Amino acid sequence: MPIGYLVRRVMQFFIVLWGAATLNFFLPRLAPGNPVRDRLLSQASQGGLLQSGVEEMVRAYNAEFGLDKPLWVQYGRYLYHVFQLDFGFSIANYPAKVLPMITAALPWTIGLLVVSSCWAFVIGTLLGALAAWPRAPRFFRYLIGPAMALSAIPYYMLSIVLVYLFAVTWPIFPLSRGYSISRLPGFNLPFILDVLRHAILPGFSIVLAALGFWALGMRGMMVTTRGEDYVTFAEAKGLRDRRIFFSYGLRNAILPQMTAFAISLGTVVSGSVIVEAIFAYPGIGTLLLRAISASDYFLIYGIVFMIVLSIALATLAIDLLYPFLDPRISYRKA
Amino acid sequence: MANTSVNFPTPTLASPHARDRTAPQALLAYCRRNPQLVIGAAMLLGLVLVGVLGPFFVDPKQAQPLSAPTAQPPSRQYPLGTDDYGRNLLAVMVTGLPLTLRIGFLAGALGLLVGTFLGFVSGYLGGPVDAVIRTLVDTSLTVPGLLILITIAASIKGFISVNIMALLIASLAWRQPSRTVRAQVLTLRDRGYVQVARRSGLSTPEIIVKELLPNLLPFLAASFVGAVSYAILASIGLEALGLGPQNDPTLGMTVYWAISFSAPLRGLWWWWLPPIVAVVILILGLLLLTMGLDEIANPRLRRAA
Repeated sequence: MPIGYLVRRVMQFFIVLWGAATLNFFLPRLAPGNPVRDRLLSQASQGGLLQSGVEEMVRAYNAEFGLDKPLWVQYGRYLYHVFQLDFGFSIANYPAKVLPMITAALPWTIGLLVVSSCWAFVIGTLLGALAAWPRAPRFFRYLIGPAMALSAIPYYMLSIVLVYLFAVTWPIFPLSRGYSISRLPGFNLPFILDVLRHAILPGFSIVLAALGFWALGMRGMMVTTRGEDYVTFAEAKGLRDRRIFFSYGLRNAILPQMTAFAISLGTVVSGSVIVEAIFAYPGIGTLLLRAISASDYFLIYGIVFMIVLSIALATLAIDLLYPFLDPRISYRKA
Repeated sequence: MANTSVNFPTPTLASPHARDRTAPQALLAYCRRNPQLVIGAAMLLGLVLVGVLGPFFVDPKQAQPLSAPTAQPPSRQYPLGTDDYGRNLLAVMVTGLPLTLRIGFLAGALGLLVGTFLGFVSGYLGGPVDAVIRTLVDTSLTVPGLLILITIAASIKGFISVNIMALLIASLAWRQPSRTVRAQVLTLRDRGYVQVARRSGLSTPEIIVKELLPNLLPFLAASFVGAVSYAILASIGLEALGLGPQNDPTLGMTVYWAISFSAPLRGLWWWWLPPIVAVVILILGLLLLTMGLDEIANPRLRRAA
């Protein structure tokens, strides 16, 4: 892999992070209203206190958070902190810092997403490949239409319907949350089974909605691959159909799907954020929804930055691994 | 070069008697060959009609809270039931659907306008301008748009109206069009007729407006529908998180309120199901329309299926 490409790609990674951090820094300062004062006022009114003293407290907090310094000093300090993943304190739950709240939620999201994305990828890719394979049952061809229609529907819409059908009308699966309230989290079989049972509905809505995307892409690639000379040659040699399908067709058609995986990652993540919120799944999405309704800006920006960071890392990894997957790729000047 | 095949492609391949046909017949024959276009357009037209004709059947004022008894199932008086605020949900649908369409249309149009401009500048001029625009687009496309929108919308939450929502989404909707338009301009830039126009002394804006733009019209129409779908999906996603116009019953906000009052758990299906069905019809209609328009914009697809 040429050094030039590597440098450009890594630089793009840092530009994305810098852009996200900069946006997070300047947006709240351009927006009307002062989160510190708003928060204090709302707490004062909840406590039935008079407003006297609030202005002094605002000033004290501003000094505490460094909000009284010149803008560029704040910006520099902000970048310095963000690149250490220090997003400051949560406004809504003051003594709590943002980062531990995010890291507590992150494993839930990653677990749900990785498992359901893998299922969607495998099922969708197989479905698409079979739909384009001439000797596969016709049945698979009829599945493409519905899969496509499902993929056009936002994940979270599907999940509302699923909750209503399989948790309210026929209560087969739990309504919400990541595990039963009565159970103590721990690394034992009943707890793990409980977690799995809670993950089925949210996971299923992600799989169902993401399936069509993979099926369509794969079908397109498979159509071109099955016309290649080496496939005809393999047929002429009299190889078993199964072998031709997997080793000659699938193996060669699957590569662009990997690129698509990198591209779709963002959509998958943002779609599942809302799915989590609907299921009150204890991941990033629910945390984000709660942060939004409490106007907890530092938490919102922290979550957004962490998601941007993970997606940027994942796409970087896929881009750098790609030449190992497909030896035909070389990163000369495009 | 003159694009006669935009509206009524002469169907010489499809039928030997094509020349005997009148224009409406040709149009009909074309529609039969391109059912996606017709079905998609019909679905969207149906949704527009709900907004246009709806006010004759139900008073839009009933979309305000406290205009009906709360949480009633569908009945003769309230065909789509009412919600916890005492809103007549039929009136909510009739006022909310056009608002969602307006957000999508405005944001899509703005996004396409800016994107086309940048795409033309970047593709036709090339050089450092192209490099800057391309880096900006490529870099920002790696970040999920919804996240950027969440950051912005969360900062101005109380001030979002339908028009601001459209502006907000348009601020990201230009990226994809600018990339695809640039690619198209690159393929057209060095065609013979463009070179002839350049040699005969036409200025760059003249070449863009007179030579390139007419040839890209079908393509731009398809991109426009794509941009509208993006805008509608983005707006509904934001609204489902509560980051939409707080006082307007758009489809996404209706779903948001239904979720925040746990309507799915309480069995109030008439609250959340109609907006979801409307969204699904909308998205599928736009998808079919894009596919139909693609067929016009890219004739090579015609024989493939």
